[in-house]
Amino acid sequence: MAIKVKVVERPVEDVSYIRATLRGMALTVKHLFDVNGRVTTQYPEEKSPISPRWRGTHRMLTTETGKAKCVACGLCPTVCPANCIKLVPGEDEEGNRYPLVFEIDEFRCIFCGYCQEVCPEEAIHVGRHYENSEYSRQGFVYDLQRLMDQTHPVCEMWDPEDPKGQ
Amino acid sequence: MVHGFNALMQVADPNLPPVSGMAFWLFTIVKMLIIFTIYMVGVAMLTLAERKISAWIQDRHGPNRVGKGWLQPAADGLKNFMKEETMPGGVNKPLFILAPIMSFIPALTAWCVIPFGAPVPTRWGRIDLVVADLPVGFLFILAITSLSVYGIVLAGWSSNNKYALLGGLRSSAQMVSYEISMGMSTIPVLLLAGNVSLNSIINQQVWGGWNVINLTVAFFIFMVAAFAETNRLPFDLPEAESELIAGYHTEYSAMKFSLFFISEYASMVTASALMATLFFGGWDVPFTARDNIGPYSGWLSLLSIGIFLAKILFFLFLFMWVRWTLPRFRYDQLMSLGWKFMLPLALVYIVVIAAVMLGLSAAGIPQGTMYAAILGSANIIFMIVLFAILDRGRLISPAYGRMNPKEIDRMRRLDSRRAIAAGAGR
Repeated sequence: MAIKVKVVERPVEDVSYIRATLRGMALTVKHLFDVNGRVTTQYPEEKSPISPRWRGTHRMLTTETGKAKCVACGLCPTVCPANCIKLVPGEDEEGNRYPLVFEIDEFRCIFCGYCQEVCPEEAIHVGRHYENSEYSRQGFVYDLQRLMDQTHPVCEMWDPEDPKGQ
Repeated sequence: MVHGFNALMQVADPNLPPVSGMAFWLFTIVKMLIIFTIYMVGVAMLTLAERKISAWIQDRHGPNRVGKGWLQPAADGLKNFMKEETMPGGVNKPLFILAPIMSFIPALTAWCVIPFGAPVPTRWGRIDLVVADLPVGFLFILAITSLSVYGIVLAGWSSNNKYALLGGLRSSAQMVSYEISMGMSTIPVLLLAGNVSLNSIINQQVWGGWNVINLTVAFFIFMVAAFAETNRLPFDLPEAESELIAGYHTEYSAMKFSLFFISEYASMVTASALMATLFFGGWDVPFTARDNIGPYSGWLSLLSIGIFLAKILFFLFLFMWVRWTLPRFRYDQLMSLGWKFMLPLALVYIVVIAAVMLGLSAAGIPQGTMYAAILGSANIIFMIVLFAILDRGRLISPAYGRMNPKEIDRMRRLDSRRAIAAGAGR
């Protein structure tokens, strides 16, 4: 059984490697001097834009008086598929519920954004933020104060034109 | 001080005798120190240049953090000093340590015979700007540069690593085969100069025109062989990161690895300096012929050093430009280019040049413009014929290239015979 070698007759322009080499050298030197064609983002100084629907680490919004909007209804720990929200509800003298403990383990969180979607008070949000670093794993368990202190913009699942979702 | 500077820069008698005695030793040591320092700093800056040029070619910015990028080589060097020296199991310790040294020293040593500028006149006599003006200069370079293969082979063998061994094997095959064409390509140069001392080769080019015009083909062979000798792309088969991890220096770390890296760049500088010296007139200032007979002056020396540096930098840029353009050769292509093309070409070229020179001397034309013009036009004809043949993709066939129909028939016959034999065996 003889091997069938398919011999393709190609024109000289195709098999010539001197011409191909020279073309390649011309191309590289063109890019070498193409100062405006440099595409690298100079990261710490210059950041690539992120989507308005980016779901990053959480943020708890506050009322005008500086208290968390959360009423400790318990919907977000219920809906959370990763079970990363720890909520212990409390009640003050006037009968208003508030969270005694509200912790989110950002390592367990899968950033699905269900907590933001389910929250009746528009309190908990996922944020448009991605630069997270801590010295310990414990540092990634954000407590209520930490969540309230965050200032980054929040995910646009929440429509600012229609805050109550009516 | 100013007076001394002016004294150094003044025009001097061309027949100044060279320095001798104590001053000779002193100036030699000073020259060695200066060369070594500039060389090492230059090599460090070359790593930066390589990274910058590769980045720009690939539309990136390159290193721009440590001191706007300028201190990157220092940072790299510091990092390499601080890193852990690993000693993998099963290595041949003495050879493992010897290998980086063996690859580093030859690249550096070759520099001591390369003249880098016009002589400097001083009160004590004429200082030739070369560390050692050996009468056998070029032979010394051939001898020393051929030693650099040992470093790579030893590194590959002593590492107790199959990738390193393959890299070492490849490099021994590659460097030995290209050394022959490299040596052969320089024979026309030596024929023209009539001497192996690098100073006389430069002198000849001052009068007879640069060898790149006289001996274009030899220059091309030398350049390709220099790429192969320095293990640069498209001939970086000893390292071949996509096939052999890092080839012969896979097992090396910290400063030992860095030494291989430095030696690669050092041999690049040496190869560039050789190309400039042998084919581009060395430190000869273009369009002048008086720089070799004098009158010498400090300014002329400075100018000629600048010219030489510019030539070297051009070739270094060429090295990098080619590296970031061309892909690696396949092993069989490398071998067939070396043995089936470059070596015969170099041999034929020696004969052609010797014949032309014989004819010219029979016609009584002295070395000069006319001589160079005739040699140059002979070269142009040779080049056109050569490229017309080379360009047809027959000599080094690409995977998709044309194959000789006869060769295909032969292979088919062979295969059918094998099939018959297999059938008979059953």
